[in-house]
Amino acid sequence: MEKAEQRMDEMMGRLLRTGVILAAAFVLAGGAVFLARHPEPVTNYRVFQGEPEVLRTVSGIFHEALALHGRGLIQLGLLILIATPIARVAFSVVAFLYQRDWTYVLVTLIVLGLLLYSLLGAHA
Amino acid sequence: MPFEAQDRLALTLLNRIELRPGTQIALNTIEFTALIGLGAMVAGFLGALTGLGGGVVIVPLLTLVFHVDIHYAIGAALVSVIATSSGAAAAYVREGYSNVRVGMFLEIATTVGALVGAALVLHLHVSVISIIFGVVLLYSAYASMTEHEHASANAGPDRIATWLKMDSTYPTENGFESYHVRGVPQGFGLMFVAGVLSGLLGIGSGAVKVLAMDKAMKLPFKVSTTTSNFMIGVTAAAGAGVYLRRGYIDPGLAMPVMLGVLAGSLIGARLLARARVKVLRIVFSAVIAVLALEMIYNGLK
Repeated sequence: MEKAEQRMDEMMGRLLRTGVILAAAFVLAGGAVFLARHPEPVTNYRVFQGEPEVLRTVSGIFHEALALHGRGLIQLGLLILIATPIARVAFSVVAFLYQRDWTYVLVTLIVLGLLLYSLLGAHA
Repeated sequence: MPFEAQDRLALTLLNRIELRPGTQIALNTIEFTALIGLGAMVAGFLGALTGLGGGVVIVPLLTLVFHVDIHYAIGAALVSVIATSSGAAAAYVREGYSNVRVGMFLEIATTVGALVGAALVLHLHVSVISIIFGVVLLYSAYASMTEHEHASANAGPDRIATWLKMDSTYPTENGFESYHVRGVPQGFGLMFVAGVLSGLLGIGSGAVKVLAMDKAMKLPFKVSTTTSNFMIGVTAAAGAGVYLRRGYIDPGLAMPVMLGVLAGSLIGARLLARARVKVLRIVFSAVIAVLALEMIYNGLK
């Protein structure tokens, strides 16, 4: 039991690290493309306008990133970053299922549901 | 997207840095990005060394120095909070300090809180957000100054905590020691507040999280700090999801902030063993207190 839990912890640590590295790589690559193509400012940050639709939805971001647009690639990196803790919670659901700890399967499922709602379902 | 020459000129003049009132320097995108990245790196570095987190100074830095709208600033800060907390949590879970059950159970409260906080942003005036931010910053600075490792009075078992199987062990110099968890409802309530502040202000709310676990739930000091770190990423992800969908997360701004804070905190964590943290913590707390007062002053103006 102790050994299994330790292995779970190690896998969880690896998952978090991989997510952060992958996210940083996309943000860096996207940043390079963005700066190379837009030496002049494209956004006035003093006045809030909000991002265009394509940089706010999961499908729009994938579309922009596949077109190799700098801002789309950065946004995909940020999406991976946001998905990393969500993946960790999903991983915990499996870990508690494995331990047949039904109380905590329920607890982690509630957290997972809330996170997915915030990313996919919440009214913008 | 093509720009008319005059639009381009107008935009060039828009992103400025103001070091002293009245002296403004116009920046092009590369300069703007480099300066923000550098600032974020210093913030991440000091945040990791002092344990205060780099996220807390990002919003004041962006709004007070770079005059970025607070909504964009909060979006960028939240993203950097996820990056540093996930990076740090990867190291902590292996050591066996963090209590996964306590963390997961309290994450219900923090994620609901973060959703409420992110919804509140829509209804609160910028000056109100600014003042709340300043007050929370002041508290964080105060809490970090008075923080100390104390021996937790190991109380007896608690009915709710026992039912939720929260009691656990943690590594000490004399091998693994067991501890009991108490005050679950109070801890849960405080965690909701931590979540609201995280979603509203784009911070990790580490100070409030430690308060909940340390003071209310009587967890050993090391367990509450590492479990708090473990939870910060999940809480921030809940807020960031809403912010992304609402268009508050701008890639051009979040890019240097996220990369800067991440790089700075990695360097900071590496130096942690050798640094004289005590003096640094006092200095950084003082800087935070000044920024807090300026945020409050700006909000009242």
